[in-house]
Amino acid sequence: MSATFSRVNGPSELDRLISEKSCVRIACRYPISHARQFAGSGMHKGLSRAATFPYSLSMFDTRLSLRTLRESIANRSVSCREIAEFFLARIEKHNAAINAIVAIDPEIAIEAAKAIDRRRAQGESLPAMAGIPISVKDILCTRQGTTTCGSKMLAKYQSPFDAHLVSRLYESGAVLMGKTNLDEFAMGGSTENSIFGPSRNPWDVARTCGGSSGGSAAAVAAGLSPASIGTDTGGSIRQPAAFCGVCGIKPTYGRVSRYGLIAYGSSLDVAGAFAHTVEDLALVLASIAGHDPRDSTSLPDPVPNYAEEIHQTPTSLRIGVVREHLEDDGLDSELRDALQASIETYKRLGASIIDVSLPHSKYCIPTYYIIAPCEASSNLSRYDGAHYGFRAEPAPNTSGLSPLESMYENTRSQGFGAEVRRRILLGTYALSAGYYDAYYLKALKVRRLIRKDYDAAFEKVDILLGPTTPRPAFKLGEKINDPVQLYLEDLFTVGANLAGIPALSMPIGHTRAGLPLGMQLQAPPLRESTLLAAGHWYQQQTSYIPSIPPAFAASST
Amino acid sequence: MSDSASTNSPLAYRIVIGLEVHVQLKTETKLFCRCSTRFGQSPNTQVCPVCLGLPGSLPVLNLHAIELAARAGEALHCELASFTKWDRKNYFYPDLPKGYQTSQFDLPICVGGYLDIPIRVPSDNAADAATLSENMVKRIRLVRAHLEEDAGKSMHDERAGRADTRIDLNRAGTPLLEIVSEPDLSSAEEAKDYLTELRLIMVYLGISDGNMQEGSLRADANVNLHIERDGKTIPTPIVEIKNLNSFRSVERAIDYEVERQYREFLRTGLAMGQSPKQTRGWDDVLGQTDLQREKEEAADYRYFPCPDLVPVQLTEQQREAAKHESQFTPDRYRNVLLHTHAVKETDAEILIQQGRDVVDYFLEMVRAGATPKRASAWMLQDVLRHLNDQRVPIDRYPIAAPKLAELLMAIEQGKVDTSQAKQALAKILDDPSIGVAAAIESLGIVRVDVSEMETLCRELLAENPDVVDKVKAGNTKAVAALVGQAKKRNRNADPRVLQEICLKMIASM
Repeated sequence: MSATFSRVNGPSELDRLISEKSCVRIACRYPISHARQFAGSGMHKGLSRAATFPYSLSMFDTRLSLRTLRESIANRSVSCREIAEFFLARIEKHNAAINAIVAIDPEIAIEAAKAIDRRRAQGESLPAMAGIPISVKDILCTRQGTTTCGSKMLAKYQSPFDAHLVSRLYESGAVLMGKTNLDEFAMGGSTENSIFGPSRNPWDVARTCGGSSGGSAAAVAAGLSPASIGTDTGGSIRQPAAFCGVCGIKPTYGRVSRYGLIAYGSSLDVAGAFAHTVEDLALVLASIAGHDPRDSTSLPDPVPNYAEEIHQTPTSLRIGVVREHLEDDGLDSELRDALQASIETYKRLGASIIDVSLPHSKYCIPTYYIIAPCEASSNLSRYDGAHYGFRAEPAPNTSGLSPLESMYENTRSQGFGAEVRRRILLGTYALSAGYYDAYYLKALKVRRLIRKDYDAAFEKVDILLGPTTPRPAFKLGEKINDPVQLYLEDLFTVGANLAGIPALSMPIGHTRAGLPLGMQLQAPPLRESTLLAAGHWYQQQTSYIPSIPPAFAASST
Repeated sequence: MSDSASTNSPLAYRIVIGLEVHVQLKTETKLFCRCSTRFGQSPNTQVCPVCLGLPGSLPVLNLHAIELAARAGEALHCELASFTKWDRKNYFYPDLPKGYQTSQFDLPICVGGYLDIPIRVPSDNAADAATLSENMVKRIRLVRAHLEEDAGKSMHDERAGRADTRIDLNRAGTPLLEIVSEPDLSSAEEAKDYLTELRLIMVYLGISDGNMQEGSLRADANVNLHIERDGKTIPTPIVEIKNLNSFRSVERAIDYEVERQYREFLRTGLAMGQSPKQTRGWDDVLGQTDLQREKEEAADYRYFPCPDLVPVQLTEQQREAAKHESQFTPDRYRNVLLHTHAVKETDAEILIQQGRDVVDYFLEMVRAGATPKRASAWMLQDVLRHLNDQRVPIDRYPIAAPKLAELLMAIEQGKVDTSQAKQALAKILDDPSIGVAAAIESLGIVRVDVSEMETLCRELLAENPDVVDKVKAGNTKAVAALVGQAKKRNRNADPRVLQEICLKMIASM
């Protein structure tokens, strides 16, 4: 299929390709014969025979947690290879419906799982994520396969190095199982701006899974990956987590190295995790967080033992409820009710609820949509067709342009999608002579005020609680032609990016129509432990059981 | 255009020049990655994801570049910024793989400062006089010096029918210090002097290798004229001449440009602001500047702070180190040669221009006991010639300074004469393992006893009455005729001593 890409000449042909087969690259490294044989050797058959496949699928039906998987691996009730095959089979069966995973190499995954099994057989003590399948957003560099950013510009790009966090995952024994779909270069909130076509929400395939890390959220929600790595520049982990009914954490800026995270807004970008439970988030975060000398903005602070600290019951937890967020006119009423119920739950558990204000929060969106595009306009300059990636031919008659300039123009006009071009133009404009002070410099000043709002709030409270998004998942195509409407979806999330603080989103129920609702918790810089403990405490006390959408239930494997 | 007759008689003008000099810093590795900075390797072999600008790569600052920049700042009397940061200069070009150059915009590491150059022609212009200092040097003020990464190299394939450009990114990311002067230079010669002294400082302090053939020092010159006409001073439009890679090209390009601007002014009468600022490239082969770019405004580089790098704050230790390392400037050595050792000014300058190691060699000879006068003469005549012939640096000169000093002292002590010492030097150069005494001995030089010399003289005078007569008649030089005969009988006879004794004997006859 990679050969197909090289023959792709224009967007229209590409569109046709994508619409014909939403997950173009799936079969790429995976011979059909093998796929058949693999499917034929049969999860169904095997599963019914306890002797050959000694675990019940129902085990994963409702509890796809890493904790369950780790326990199963530890007590040898299942092999890592079986786990890998199980998830590969699920991807094979269900991915087409949601287009969450855009590339995978099953053979390498199975080999990696078998290697862990061998280590286990030799009595080695295994690292924390040993044998755990994990998918990674396709904006994180992997030597394995391509790293496309969901863009035609990098459709065939192969990175010569692994992102820092990918190396860390390998070190912790995780099995890389798929690159996930995203909005092109992480620009968007619906995973519709992708060369691979949109991803879909497993709870309602007519709806968006959110974005930009939508593929990761959908993969976890549909039970295709027990955990996934996304990136969050302006809510790109938390919003899709909320839309898909899974947990997602954006750590403190600099807590996870950006080396190998293809830059969008460098001062805002941070990688984080998706999983079914907050406890699982702690486990994944622990394996990717930490200082990296290759990233000058990476924080040198030691990484706490999240998996341990998460169990410290937060006594006398002070929770701030952001007035501006809960009283927002656009807030969905069912979501407001669910949040009120969650607040009541915390209150009942002994937390104190304090009203706080983030007076500058109404400036978050404009500030974000100046700073991020400014940085993006510069970060994406390197995609000019000169050195790697897509290159268009110069126009035959280059009126007023040199052939080089024409090549640049055509490459960047054809290689980038509309949203990426829009943000590059926004950022280029805002950084131009005469506008810099009015836009970029002013945005930096407002950013400081926003950070100060948070500092003041965190003098009174330990965490902030509020909605992740104004509304549950919207319909695909609903906002694609109205960028400003789409930008407003980021209302509650971008503050944490501008302030650099950690934040997570976790499920707090469903609408009557069955759409997941998400709650956002935010904490001071480097207080991921507080954040995770507060979330875990809530899930423990409410006996939270992750659920997966009926269409993706294990029985339909 | 002026319609007065003055177009026929030459107009008076003053030349105004400011230089921007890019100095490649002498670091082992690049500014933001660990690739080697070595020159002359095969294209694209000294690259990594960072300097190739591959997606996902991030820069990490090479602190040694900061140290060298601070050292340069101290030597150039700049104010070292307490807080300096990195900015991105955005533009598209194939040899700039990231689409931006990481540079410093509003908070450069060095601010202000100056560099003194010798005065060539005393100026009678009042404005110039203000810039003269008491030591008869002209002080060239600096605007700033900032760090930035170099771009790669574009190589245009101009074989018939081809329009290929090939890119070598080995140089991409190499640290440069861009030193910007005020427009205080008023002739091509001054510009050359400025560049020469700047290069010398960089080389003396180990900041740069100063190798101009390899592009370690590249200058851009901003040139215009202040023309006097009808009692008014009219500035011509400023022209930036790019990429001057040798002292000679700086001089030639400015001379050419001065001529060109003068003619242009006579032709068009356009003053600064009436025509766009030009960027012109110097063509060394054709000996002319060619128009590259003409813009109403400066290019918009959309500078903004680089979010991938953290600001730099110099520590007190770094400042102290910079101060310490910046002491050994050429000017300081110049002072020692001229004032402590009374070396002739022209000789001193030759030594200074050879570099710090050569001067150190000279000073070591003096410390070992050689007289400064003889040491400098031998440096200029023998040591430098050898280095030049062999194309080796002083640290590969086969004779250590104390040993050469020993040989010079042998002359002082009358053990050998100068020509014998040169023979001994040749011996030692042939086989550096032999000592000075052994070399002299191997020449068969044995000091002749005084009584032996007197006997010899008596014989010679007896055999050459005509010489005696001539000397008595007042022609003392006639005694020299005896030297040849004396040498035949005793080749160790010192001609000087021989003549002295003979003259004395004739006087008492």
